[in-house]
Amino acid sequence: MVQKVTETRTQSADRLDEVDMMLNMGPQHPSTHGVFRLVVWLDGERIVKAEPHIGYLHRGSEKLCEREDYAQIITLFDRLDYVANLNGELAFCMAAEKLMGLEVPERAWYIRTILCELNRIASHMLFYGVYGLDAGAMSPVLYGFRERERIILLFEAVTGARMMHNYIRIGGVKEDLPDDFNKRMATLIDELKHGIDECDRLLSRSEIFLERTKGVGTIDGKTAIDYGVSGPMLRAAGVKEDVRVSEPYGIYDRFDFGIPVGTNGDCWDRYYVRILEMRESLSIIEQAMQQMEPGDIAAKVRRIARPPKGEAFIRTESPRGDFGVFLVSDGGDKPYRVKVRAPSFANLQAITHLLRDAYIADAVVVLGSIDIILGEVDR
Amino acid sequence: MSDEPVSEDSEKPKAEAKAEKPARPARKEPETPTAPVMLDERGEALSGVLPKVFSDFEIEYSAAMDEVVAIVKPKDIPEVCRIAKEDERLNFDYLRSISVVDYEERLEVNYHLFSLENRHKMVIKTSVSPDDPHVPTATGVWRGADWHEREGHDLFGVVFDDHPNLKPLVLYEGFEGFPGRKSFPFHEYEEW
Repeated sequence: MVQKVTETRTQSADRLDEVDMMLNMGPQHPSTHGVFRLVVWLDGERIVKAEPHIGYLHRGSEKLCEREDYAQIITLFDRLDYVANLNGELAFCMAAEKLMGLEVPERAWYIRTILCELNRIASHMLFYGVYGLDAGAMSPVLYGFRERERIILLFEAVTGARMMHNYIRIGGVKEDLPDDFNKRMATLIDELKHGIDECDRLLSRSEIFLERTKGVGTIDGKTAIDYGVSGPMLRAAGVKEDVRVSEPYGIYDRFDFGIPVGTNGDCWDRYYVRILEMRESLSIIEQAMQQMEPGDIAAKVRRIARPPKGEAFIRTESPRGDFGVFLVSDGGDKPYRVKVRAPSFANLQAITHLLRDAYIADAVVVLGSIDIILGEVDR
Repeated sequence: MSDEPVSEDSEKPKAEAKAEKPARPARKEPETPTAPVMLDERGEALSGVLPKVFSDFEIEYSAAMDEVVAIVKPKDIPEVCRIAKEDERLNFDYLRSISVVDYEERLEVNYHLFSLENRHKMVIKTSVSPDDPHVPTATGVWRGADWHEREGHDLFGVVFDDHPNLKPLVLYEGFEGFPGRKSFPFHEYEEW
């Protein structure tokens, strides 16, 4: 027995440069933003190969959808991307509306758009905070969460819940906005403008942060598309692609907003594209607030929705990217099949590419820059 | 739109309650309305081009709402996908998702494609028997197909031939059965 051990030792000592060390990160690792396991093979400090393992949060949401009726499913979509709940709700409702051929009233679309864009800012603020932590900066998380809290308080006033809203309904929204909404929004927009600038100044040009993120975990546009990457991660790689512009849904064609695009496709670009996106979202919200007029907030829909037989695929731009829902109906009151095309799921695949030949110390920074939400990765 | 559904609603529940118990209510009820086809001009143009591009293959064309559908034989999948990606008239460089739908008598694999360049979209469909479902992999065409196929293998048991790493993805190693399928019960199974 003893001899055997020495034998292997000498053997491995002979070819020390060939021996990889396997390092297991997760599933319970503070930087994995949920339950995510990453196995990396190391050669010294270089990562030779990275293998992501997901599924620790698999709840079978898609299967569960098959035995709930359409109105109940909205609550399940709240829990997919649990940082941007309203965007998930919107995606499902749009799929059902498309099948049913419903016309959603204008005001409902304005409410949806304003809230979804706010949700995008809240989600990016959470990213901003935890990405600072990933890179070793303690203070951004306090500022990021402060701004996010303002938005969540507004959500609470509008929808009644801080996170799992169940507010967007098939054909419209649940309730009209509260009376003091315009006043609150005016303050909120001012505060957020100031807050985003402050966050930007605090971290974006920090020497240490730049050192940790510039040129780390690069991906070029062509490879990113090949992997099915979307959202800020694809735009950081220099591809100008945003579903809100390329396939405008709802009322997005009425707003004038820019698509921030990166150049290097590295971690810093992925980070900074999101900061710029928050400003664009604010501009959309401001325009929507000006254009919004009183009116109906929901189309007339039967209590039990029965979309016609058929299949619909919709795309929306969630904070993490191209969020799609494939809805197959057999004409009954429950969907025949629901498939969620989750942006994080596709984005996370690219991590094998991002981590190849990176330093082990960068693994956490690269993973953080993808901004995964395991709720929608595992579904 | 508003008065028509109400009249239908009053008679449906009774019919439904009868059929509910033994299995799912039959999918093809005679009076079930069907979603309309509404291709936009890009879709129309695409459906004109497709038969020319794929003249060598046995493909059935149709449409589902605003998407052009091409129903392909399973063995042709890698070649059709490769042409769809590389032919500059199509240029489908972006794979949105691969979804498996269980129609009980067959498993349908849906490839939702989008072209960032030409801004059009289509669905490639193929059907396999649930007893021995084999579809050649598309990972050679889009690298992003990897996890979508592994998920399809996990939940529906579709074997994507020549996939480089068809290990369980969302389920744990050694899980028995295919939970995505209609035949898989919701609660009557033992959790580890």
